Parts: sequence; structure tokens; C-alpha cells
Amino acid sequence: MDFGPHLFLAMLEGAITAAVLALTAVGLSIVFGIMRVVNVAHGEFFMLGAVLAWWIATIVGGPPALGFVMALVFAPVLTGLLAALADWLVLRRIHYDPERTILATIGLLYVIQQATLMTFGPEARPVEAPFNQRIALPWFEWGADGFALIWPWGLGTTTYKLAVIVAAVMILLALWVLMTRTRIGLIMRATQLDREMAVAHAIPVEKVYAMVFALGAGLAALGGVLTVPIQQAHYLMGGDPLLLSFIVVIIGGLGSVVGTVVAALLIGMSDGIISVFFSPTLAKILATLFVAFVLIFRPQGLFGQRAS
Amino acid sequence: MTPGGHSFLSSAPFRSVLLHGSIVLLLALLFGVLPEYHSGNLARIMVLAVYAMGYNVLFGYTGLLSLGHALFFAAGMYGLGLTMYWLDASPAPGMLAGLISALVVSAIIGSLALRTTGVAFMIVTLMFAQAGFLTILLLGEYTRGDEGFVLQQADRVLFGFDLTQPAVRYASALMLFSLCLALVAVLVQSRFGKTLVAIRENEERARMLGYDVLRHKWLAVIVSGTLSGASGAAYALLFGYAGATFATVQYSIFPLLWVLLGGAGTTIGPLIGTVFMFYLIDISSQFTSAYLLIAGIILILLTLFAPQGLAGVIRKRLIPWLP
Repeated sequence: MDFGPHLFLAMLEGAITAAVLALTAVGLSIVFGIMRVVNVAHGEFFMLGAVLAWWIATIVGGPPALGFVMALVFAPVLTGLLAALADWLVLRRIHYDPERTILATIGLLYVIQQATLMTFGPEARPVEAPFNQRIALPWFEWGADGFALIWPWGLGTTTYKLAVIVAAVMILLALWVLMTRTRIGLIMRATQLDREMAVAHAIPVEKVYAMVFALGAGLAALGGVLTVPIQQAHYLMGGDPLLLSFIVVIIGGLGSVVGTVVAALLIGMSDGIISVFFSPTLAKILATLFVAFVLIFRPQGLFGQRAS
Repeated sequence: MTPGGHSFLSSAPFRSVLLHGSIVLLLALLFGVLPEYHSGNLARIMVLAVYAMGYNVLFGYTGLLSLGHALFFAAGMYGLGLTMYWLDASPAPGMLAGLISALVVSAIIGSLALRTTGVAFMIVTLMFAQAGFLTILLLGEYTRGDEGFVLQQADRVLFGFDLTQPAVRYASALMLFSLCLALVAVLVQSRFGKTLVAIRENEERARMLGYDVLRHKWLAVIVSGTLSGASGAAYALLFGYAGATFATVQYSIFPLLWVLLGGAGTTIGPLIGTVFMFYLIDISSQFTSAYLLIAGIILILLTLFAPQGLAGVIRKRLIPWLP
């Protein structure tokens, strides 16, 4: 393949990474924004989504589409319930102290990951996509006869991959409606703005926190379910989404949902492109160092406003 | 309170010498008593306890929670390992190279990461350590990446002593441990150590009193990082292996666990925590491959119920003067 079609393909793959990443990172971002805690176990919720999708699809059986749709509904709900339970049992009891929450969620990370290893096992297991037609994509060329469309070998994608992008956009829009147009969203935003004032107005802050934690985990799980037909379910698959979500949330400005989505696009696309043309390890080194330096020299994020 | 000998016997330096001296003596005697499997374990524990003590200087005494100490451990490990493996250096200069590399790395990371505080400090140290781990993988040609490399038995001879002999290995681990324990015991009683505690308790007040807080924190990072590096270098030297596993996030979490379990801000806590955790994992790994489950559960339980750790409980209930 020539450079042009190759770059196009890399961008397409990058867009899929960015779509899943946006979901996962927005989950981390609303938890940080509203609860003011960093959830280190976030990647494990992503992994749980993928693993539960495999369980559900296996139990349901039948045509792949049925199992997948069931997984799309129930995996995030189950993960969310588990997260709410963790919030109720652990985080509530340490009063959401920032540093102790990080320690507790590191513990939670190990518990979820190792419990998955004990039940699901160390194998990677696939979930079949509900539909998966190949689409060959055209590319233009200035040949001897002027402008012409060609179909380079290897340049293509699948209907499922395109559907992931569409699904991610729709879920993010639904989240936006939830946060800005519903009463529950209003309560969440009120809690984010001023916790004390929310308590004074009889908002059950602890319930809101449990719900936000569940919502964040559910979004990560959705990312996991959408990923699992492309990348198999494995108990260690939570590491990369965690790292990338951290990077995205920090660059987008901690707690800013719009900044997070923009940063997810940026990081997803550049990760796709750098990984295709350079070493993926080098791409990760540059990304982690970049995050460290953003935090050191521009703690409000690249798109955030400096706090007054 | 009372003049004369009595006040000396109950003075802080005397108690400190007595307490730490008897721990070292106990560890020396244990070698004769324990079967070979357990004395081998104890040698490993003593080396790792040095890592925990280093971590404790920063976390327990200065109040800075780092999630990236594996970088300093690995700096010591590869500082020694690479000079011995590629330059055929003998253990003494190898050890020096390990210490210097940990010192330089911690000085640089400290000067950058200390511009942040709290949660940001945790994430920045985590990110630097992750970048370090990935760099070890990237330079796989020299570091052999994940696979790591073995230091040959013939090269691991220090001043004529064969470090692969169990007794020599145990004695070397004990010497390193005692040296570092003494260093930390003196440090925490010194002006410098007391200032670190003052910063931990109330940073603003320490600054108001005229202490250069940033400089003290920076020196604490360097002491902490260099001790961690000493542990990493000794680990590679005594057990003959260096690999990228030791630079992973997991190895940044371990010293945190050891110190939390043993008791942050106490001199003996790191040893206690390392012993308990080592054997918990050793025993549970006989039953399941998911032995890290134990680490997770303990971390959650500690955060919930005993943030002061075992030595913290001892200090609260039994021995209020525990340093």
C-alpha cells in the first residue's frame, strides 16, 4: 500500500480506538468531576464489561446478535451494580478521602482482576460480532488518465467497526442529555458544584455518589462490550484502557467532559497513527511522559481554564 | 525527668540503639535456627525491607505518597546489573554504579514531581515509573526486556566471598539491612528527620517557621530513592537476576503495601510488613495462581480499618516511644 491509503487506514483504526476510549475516559472523568476521587480500578470495569459479555453471550447462545444485544444491556448494568456495591462497602466508609480512595481502588483493582483470573481463567476468549461484513474502501489516484478511484488491496474496514463509532457517539449524546436535560443530571451537577449546598438542599449525596460511581463503571463496561468482538476478553486487558483514560482525562482537564471527549479523539487518533508508523512502545513512552509534564506544568489540562 | 543514669537509660538514643540492636541480633540468630528454605526467604525479605524502609522515609515520615518507586528500585538494579553484565565490572563498582544511578534518577524525578502535590504527585510518579518500565522494554537489546538477564555465579564474588553461598548471602543481606536500619534510625532522630515530620504534619506551619520545605522534600526523595536503589542493586547481586518485572507498577505498589501493613512512620514497620506480606503471598501462592487477591483484600482492609499499620497499633497500645 502507498503512504496515503496506509495513513487513511491508520486514521480509521485510530477513530475506533478513540470512540471506545471516549466512553471509558468520560466514565473516569465524571467520577473525578463529581466525586473528586481518582478510580484506579476503572480499567477493571472495562475488563469486566468484556468478560461479562462473553459469559452472557455463552449463556444465551442462539444467533450472535441476540447474545451481543443482551450483553450490551446487562454487562454494564451488572458492572454498575458491582461498582455501587464497592462504593457502599468501601469508598463511603473512608469518606472519599482522595489519597485513601486511590489505595482502596488499587486494592479493588487486584480483587476484581484476580477474582476474574480464578473464575474466567487465564485464556483470551472471543465474542462473535452481531454483524461483520467487510467493506472495501476506495482511494483516489492521479494516474496517466487523470483522476481515478481505485480499491487498494487491504484498505477496508468492517460494518461492525463503523457501528462501534456510531454507537459511541450515540451513547455520548445520551449521556449529554442525561446530564443537562434531566432532573437526575441536575442533581449530579449540583453535587459537583457544591457538595455542602447540595446536602443543605436535602440531596442524598451518598446515593448520588454511588450512582455516579456506577454510571462511570457502566460506561467503562460499555467500552469493554463494544471492544470484545474486535479484541478478545482477557483478565489483564484493563491495563491499557486505564492508562489511556488517565492520559485523556488529564490532558482534557480533570472533570471536564467536553475536554475529555476532545482529548480522546486526539489521543486515540495519534495512538493509532504513531503505532502504525512507529514502535507502539515508543508511542506509550511519549504519551506517559507527556501526561507527567502536563500535570507538572499545566495542571488544569491543555483545554482547561486556570483556576482563579 | 530524673537526673543521672536513669534519664540516659530512658533517653531516645539509648532506646533506639537497644531496639534496633536487638532486632539485628535476632535476625543474626535466626540464621542458625531456621531451616534453609526459610533463611533463604529471610535474606530476600531483608533486602526487600530496605526497599520498604526507603519508601517509608518519603511516605511515612515526609507524608508524600509515591506510586512510582519501582523506578528507583529498577535504577539500582539495572545500574548494577548492566555495568556487571556489559562492562564485566566486579560487584563493588557495580554496587556503586547502582547507587549513583538511583541517586541521579531520584534527584531528577524529585525536582520535577515535587512541583505537584497530593493526587497529582501520585499520578506523576506513576507516569514516570511507567515511562521507565517502557524504556527498559524499548532498549531490549541491552536490557533483555521482560526476559531479563542472569548474573553469572562466577562474577558474584565480593572481596573474596562467594555471594551465592547461603551463609554469605544471608550475612550480606543482614549487613545491608543493619546499615540502612541504623541510617534511618539516626535520620529520624536528627534535626532533618524531625523537620520532615513537621512538614508531614503541617506543611504551611513548617514553611512559616522558615524551613525550606521544597528542599527538605527533595532531599527526602533522594534519600528514599537511593535506599530503594540500594535494595534493587543488592537484589540483583544476591539473587543473580535483573528483569523488567521489577520495574512494573506492581513493584511500586508492593513497598506501599509493606509499609502500610507494617506501620508507616515507624522504623521497624517496614520489616514487619515485608515479613507478613512475603509469607502471606508465599503461602497463598501454594493454593492459587491468583495470589495477588490477598494483596488486594489486605490493601482494602488496611485502608478501611487500620491506616496506622501493625507497628502503629503497637505504638498506640504498648510502646508509645516507638521511633
